[in-house]
Amino acid sequence: MAKSTQDLIFDPVFKSNPIALQVLGICSALAVTTKLSTSFTMSLAVIVVTACSSAAIAAIRNRIPSSIRIIVQMTIIASLVIVVDQVLKAFAYSLSKELAVFVGLIITNCIVMGRAEGFAMKNSVGDSFFDGIGNGLGYGLILMVVGFFRELFGSGSLFGIQLMELKANGGWYEPNGLMLLSPSAFFIIGIFIWVLRSFMPEQVEAE
Amino acid sequence: MIFAIVSSGDPTFTEWFTNLLELFLRSAFVDNLALAYFLGMCTFLAVSKNVKTAIGLGIAVIAVQAITVPVNNLIFNYCLKEGAIASGVDLEFLHLICFIGVIAAMVQILELVLDKFFPSLYNQLGIFLPLITVNCAILGGTLFMKERDYSLDESVVFGIGSGFGWAAAIIGLAGIREKLKYSDVPPGLRGLGITFIIVGLMALGFQAFLGI
Repeated sequence: MAKSTQDLIFDPVFKSNPIALQVLGICSALAVTTKLSTSFTMSLAVIVVTACSSAAIAAIRNRIPSSIRIIVQMTIIASLVIVVDQVLKAFAYSLSKELAVFVGLIITNCIVMGRAEGFAMKNSVGDSFFDGIGNGLGYGLILMVVGFFRELFGSGSLFGIQLMELKANGGWYEPNGLMLLSPSAFFIIGIFIWVLRSFMPEQVEAE
Repeated sequence: MIFAIVSSGDPTFTEWFTNLLELFLRSAFVDNLALAYFLGMCTFLAVSKNVKTAIGLGIAVIAVQAITVPVNNLIFNYCLKEGAIASGVDLEFLHLICFIGVIAAMVQILELVLDKFFPSLYNQLGIFLPLITVNCAILGGTLFMKERDYSLDESVVFGIGSGFGWAAAIIGLAGIREKLKYSDVPPGLRGLGITFIIVGLMALGFQAFLGI
């Protein structure tokens, strides 16, 4: 339990990545990875929500009766998501339109709930906060990787800046339309997990 | 028979009916919650190891979805919308908390009903029933309903249709994974990796329904 802050942040990114290893939280966010800018916003939102909700829940963990703890956690998470949603609407309206329902879906993101239930209920405020940041980062990493490949090959650009000139505009690159469809995200994650496990053979599942 | 009613009925009814039928097909196949929007993935991947549990979970999702989407539709239109309670009162920012509360309550009620009247199904579903509360497909369905401004009858059809599509997808995946036990998968890809690739291929297949 006595992990250093550094371990708390970086362990979930590589060693126990919430998406690649624990299959948590893939639900809400993959649909936003067609572009790097939306995946970046989504990652930021998840990091903020996970870190703050973990800290808040850890702060009142000794006062929550265990029979209603799920509802208490849900309420805290939902309130934080509303805050994020309103901030996005106020400062980045077009981005929030693109993300549409997926910001609201952070509530049911299993990572947030899983960290609240599995870590924050037993640990101090500071530890829970950093653990939240770490898990948010691990999740963001995969989101960014998927977003990077999908935008680069799907529309030849990154963050909306054209890197490879499209054939339609007189360039040389023929965009790969499959990358903009949902199946490509599944393929990229599948391959990502394969690569990750080739480097860390201890993660391979016995079957 | 349905076809006879449609063709003989008055034009407004026919239009209404075809509209709903189209919505059902769209929500079940083309806009499949699991495969096109990645919703409910956690449970989708975790519970698809054998067909029997997948069927149980699929039925539970259809039931919850068919109840919560219309209920949330009513709550949103008559309580939260701008000017619904009193003019000038806009409670729209509360929608997330309200929806999740309704879903949690509905799941709890469904659990009590199942426990009382269908104990065998209740035992089979076990832990999955409470987990439906945090299933993104349910909240996602409700949010899409709000986003696309469905009317009450449309939201009933959308709820059933999207629940049906999710159930079909998870049962299909479970069937494939049962067969997969006998195949030789490269070590790094075993388990989770190959499942993702299968889901990707299934999503490609479902995309072919676009022509309907």
